[in-house]
Amino acid sequence: MISIEVTETAFDPWQAIQQFQQQPTFNAKQSGANAVFVGTMRDFNEGELVQAMRLEHYPAMTSKHLQQLVDKASETWVLDHVLLKHRVGELVPSEPIVLVAVWSAHRRASFEACRQIMEDLKHQAPFWKQETLNDGSTRWVEKNTAG
Amino acid sequence: MSIKTLFFASLREQVGQSQTQGYWQTGLTPIQLWQQVTQTEFPEHILVARNQAYCDADTVLSDGDEVAFFPPVTGG
Repeated sequence: MISIEVTETAFDPWQAIQQFQQQPTFNAKQSGANAVFVGTMRDFNEGELVQAMRLEHYPAMTSKHLQQLVDKASETWVLDHVLLKHRVGELVPSEPIVLVAVWSAHRRASFEACRQIMEDLKHQAPFWKQETLNDGSTRWVEKNTAG
Repeated sequence: MSIKTLFFASLREQVGQSQTQGYWQTGLTPIQLWQQVTQTEFPEHILVARNQAYCDADTVLSDGDEVAFFPPVTGG
């Protein structure tokens, strides 16, 4: 089962995982491993305090691209389920930005697929962050951190 | 040929518009499209997508294409 969602609404990643697992097509018995990555908004970047962030995206390309990177991971590893959720719109520090959860029979596939999906998303998916600093000024984030 | 052009994030602000639809000569590439729409040189390090998939800036475009210009991505 694959679920990919881009949402303007704040979400609780643990609740999202629980809801995903409660769906009738989720088979909990086959997966011996579940790797989860949650990315949240920091209150600092590039030596400045950040009070808010706006995440913009290219909706038509985002949905295609997220599907492609999950498909690519599914071709590389045998995965049982993938849940991918990404936030857009206005955020404040500590709010989750992204959730990647992968289920597989064994841990290696889950760990590695979760990492690859996250890295591909960071480097390729068409999202852009604009930060509001504590003095009220705004700036576009020019590049992601190395990891 | 008809081409829809989109600009995102800092490029949208720089160009002063989010999208435009225009008729252009055949054989047009994203570099030439940028130059004609914005009347500026094609910037280094920007990304180009054709019909929602990454493409090279010198790809020859087709009638009905959607071309997007944007800065390096920063999601996740």
